[in-house]
Amino acid sequence: MSRRSQPPANIEPIGVEVEEEEVTGGVGEGDEIMEDAQAQEGEYSISLSDVVSGTTGSSTPTSTLTWISWFCSLPGHEYFCEVAEDFIEDDFNLTGLNAMVPFWKEAMEMVLDVEPDEDTSKIPDVSIVEASAELLYGLVHQRFILTRAGLQAMIEKYEAGVFGACPRVYCSMTHVVPCGRSDLPGLDTVKLFCPNCNDIYTPPSSRFQGVDGAFFGTTFAHLFFQSYRELAPAPFWKPSSAGSSSSSAPSSGSGSSSSRSSEKFVNPNPHGGKRRAAGRVYQPKIYGFKVNEKAKCGPRMQWMRLRPEDPEELDMVDWRGRWYDDADEDFDEEEAEGDEDRPMEDFDPDVGEDDEEESEEEEEEEDSRVSQGRSTRHAHSAPQPPVPGASKASLRPAEILQSIDISSLPVKLPVASRVKVMRQWVTPAATTQVC
Amino acid sequence: MLRRAVEDLSSGSDSDYTNSWIAWFLSSKGNEYFCEVEEEYILDRFNLTGLNTEVANYTQALDSITDNIDEDIPDELRGALDVQARHLYGLIHARWIVTARGLAKMLEKYKRADFGRCPRVLCQSQPLLPVGLSDIPYEKSVKLYCGRCEDIYSPKSSRHGSIDGAYFGTSFPHLLFLVYPNLIPPKSGPVDVGLPVRGAPTEGDNQRRTRRAREEPELPAETIGEEFSTASVALKAERYRPRIFGFQVHEIAKLQRWQEAVRDRQVARLEEIGV
Ligand SMILES: [Zn+2]
Ligand SMILES: [Zn+2]
Repeated sequence: MSRRSQPPANIEPIGVEVEEEEVTGGVGEGDEIMEDAQAQEGEYSISLSDVVSGTTGSSTPTSTLTWISWFCSLPGHEYFCEVAEDFIEDDFNLTGLNAMVPFWKEAMEMVLDVEPDEDTSKIPDVSIVEASAELLYGLVHQRFILTRAGLQAMIEKYEAGVFGACPRVYCSMTHVVPCGRSDLPGLDTVKLFCPNCNDIYTPPSSRFQGVDGAFFGTTFAHLFFQSYRELAPAPFWKPSSAGSSSSSAPSSGSGSSSSRSSEKFVNPNPHGGKRRAAGRVYQPKIYGFKVNEKAKCGPRMQWMRLRPEDPEELDMVDWRGRWYDDADEDFDEEEAEGDEDRPMEDFDPDVGEDDEEESEEEEEEEDSRVSQGRSTRHAHSAPQPPVPGASKASLRPAEILQSIDISSLPVKLPVASRVKVMRQWVTPAATTQVC
Repeated sequence: MLRRAVEDLSSGSDSDYTNSWIAWFLSSKGNEYFCEVEEEYILDRFNLTGLNTEVANYTQALDSITDNIDEDIPDELRGALDVQARHLYGLIHARWIVTARGLAKMLEKYKRADFGRCPRVLCQSQPLLPVGLSDIPYEKSVKLYCGRCEDIYSPKSSRHGSIDGAYFGTSFPHLLFLVYPNLIPPKSGPVDVGLPVRGAPTEGDNQRRTRRAREEPELPAETIGEEFSTASVALKAERYRPRIFGFQVHEIAKLQRWQEAVRDRQVARLEEIGV
C-alpha cells in the first residue's frame, strides 16, 4: 500500500462557487473558518496539512496529504470530519454499501490511497471513480459519525463553531450540526439542525448546496445531542428575573457552548437536555402594541417556538397530544385561576388591564418576563406615536385602521373603546368571557 | 455628485440613477434593504417632525439627501456629513415605509425577494421582510421576519447584519400584512407572493412621481373583508421531527406534543370567536 502524496488533480469539488455575499454571513465563527479554507484554495498540497492535523488526531505525517484529508479540506466540505482509515478498512462497517457505489474497488483504493493494481486498463475515466470515491466516503461518513470516534471528531468541529450558528434570532447563536433529511444519497442537500428550536435550516453559503445530506444522515444530529446532553437545551424555560443583565442577548454573538456559568441550571429529568434553553419567542408589535391573536394577521405560530416554564407542564399532554384536563371542563374553569396556563400568558399581555397606563406597565413587565434579560430597558420603549406626517401621500396608522373597519380591529391601538378580555387562554369556554 | 462615482464603484453607474443622493445611496452595496423615499415625502417638513434633534448637523444632512448641498464642502467634513445623511435617511425611511405608499414600495421589493428568503427549510424559501427590534436608533441591528413561520432571523451577510433596525422599525412587516392580509403567506405549500405589483415603476423614471401622485394610493379593497379565516392555519404548518434510527427523540417529541397542544388550544379559541 503506497500513499499518493498528491491529490487527484481534477476532482471537481461540488458546490465550490461561492457568492461573496454569503461568505460574510452573520453566523459566527463558522463562517470565518470557512473563509480560511477558501483562501487556501488551489494550494492544498502545500498548506493544508496543518489545517487538517488540527482537527483530528488521525492524520498522517504532515508531508503527505491523504485523499481523505484533501477531500475534507475542499471548500464546501467543511462539515465532514476525517473518517479513520481503520474504520473504512473494516468490512463490517461497509455492509451493504458496495451495492450503492459503482466501481467499488477502485473507489476504495482511491479513498484509502492504495496504488491501484496493474490491471488499470479497465478503469474508466478517472472522474467516474472520483465520483464513486466521494459517494463511498460520504456513505461511510454517515456511519462513522454515529460511532464514538466519529462523534468525538464532530464535537471538536462543533465546539470550534465550524457548523455555524442558528440563524433564528432568539436561539442566541446556538451552534448547529449538519444533518440530512434522508439516509439515501441523491435526494437532498445537507441541512443544519438547531437543538434549541429543534428545527432545520439551509446552510448560509451556497457552497453547501452541492453536499449530499445523506453523507450526514438523519440520525447523527440527534444522536449527537443525546450523547452530549450538556449541549442539548432543556425543553422548558423560565425567563430570568427582570433586572438580571444578560449574557445572551440575541445580537451579542457570544458562543453558545460557553453559556453563562454563574447560575446553575438543572433539568430534573436526568436524561434530559442539560443546557438552559434560549426561550424567547418573537412577539410581533405594531406601534408598540402586541398584535393580538384575534386579528386576522395576528400571531399563529408562536407555539412552535414556545417552551413551558416548568418541566411538569410537559406531562399535562398525553401521548396523542391532548390536554389531560380537557376532559373535565368544570375542573378546568377553576384551574384557570391557577397558574397551570402560565406559559400561554406569554401570548397575551392584557389580562385584566384597565387603562393605557396600566397596559404600558404590563407591557414592560411582560417584556421583561419574556426576555431572557435584555441588556437595557428603556422607559421610552413604550408605544411610540410614529409618523407625524400626514402629507397627502402618507397615511397615518389611525387612517389605515379606520379604513380597514375598526370593528374587526386587529391591532391594539390606544383606542378608547378597547375590548377587555378577562381570560381568554384556558379553554374555549373561558374565551367567551369578554366583558 | 462626482464623489459618489469615485467612492463607490458598484452597480448602475451609467443611468441617471446615480445623479441623486438617494439613488446613489440605494445603489450602494449593503443598502439593498432600503427603498426609495419619495422626495415629496421628504420635502414635507411635517413628516420629519422631531428628527432635527435625532441627527447632528440636521440641516446639512437634509440638504445632502435632497441634493441641495454645496459641492465645495471640505473633505474632512464630508465623511461626517455622509454618516449623518445616511442616519437621517434611515430615520425618514422608518417613517416612510409605514405609509401607504411606502408599504407599496416595500411590497415590490418583497415580491422580488430583495430581503432574502427564510432559512428555515420547511418555509420553502419564503421571502422575508426587514424588521427592527427597537424603534430607537443604535440599539439593535435589523432582523428579517418570515410571514410563514412568523419568526425572525439574522441576515446572512454582515453588511446587512450591521444595519440599524430602527431604520425599518418594529411595526413594518406586521403593518404590511395588516394592510394586505391576502398576502399573508400560507403555512404550507409552495411560495406564491400574491398580487402582481401594480404599476411597477421602473427606477429612475422621472415621470413616475407626478403620475403616481395623482394615482391616489387607495388601499386594496379586495383585501378587506371576512372572506377567509386564519383561525386554523397553524394546523397546516409542517414541522421537523428529529429521529434516531427512525425513532422520535423522547424529550423533543414530548416538547413538540406540548407545543402542538398549545396550538390546538389556540385554534379552538380562535374558531370560537370566529377570526
Ligand atoms: Zn434555533
Ligand atoms: Zn420562515
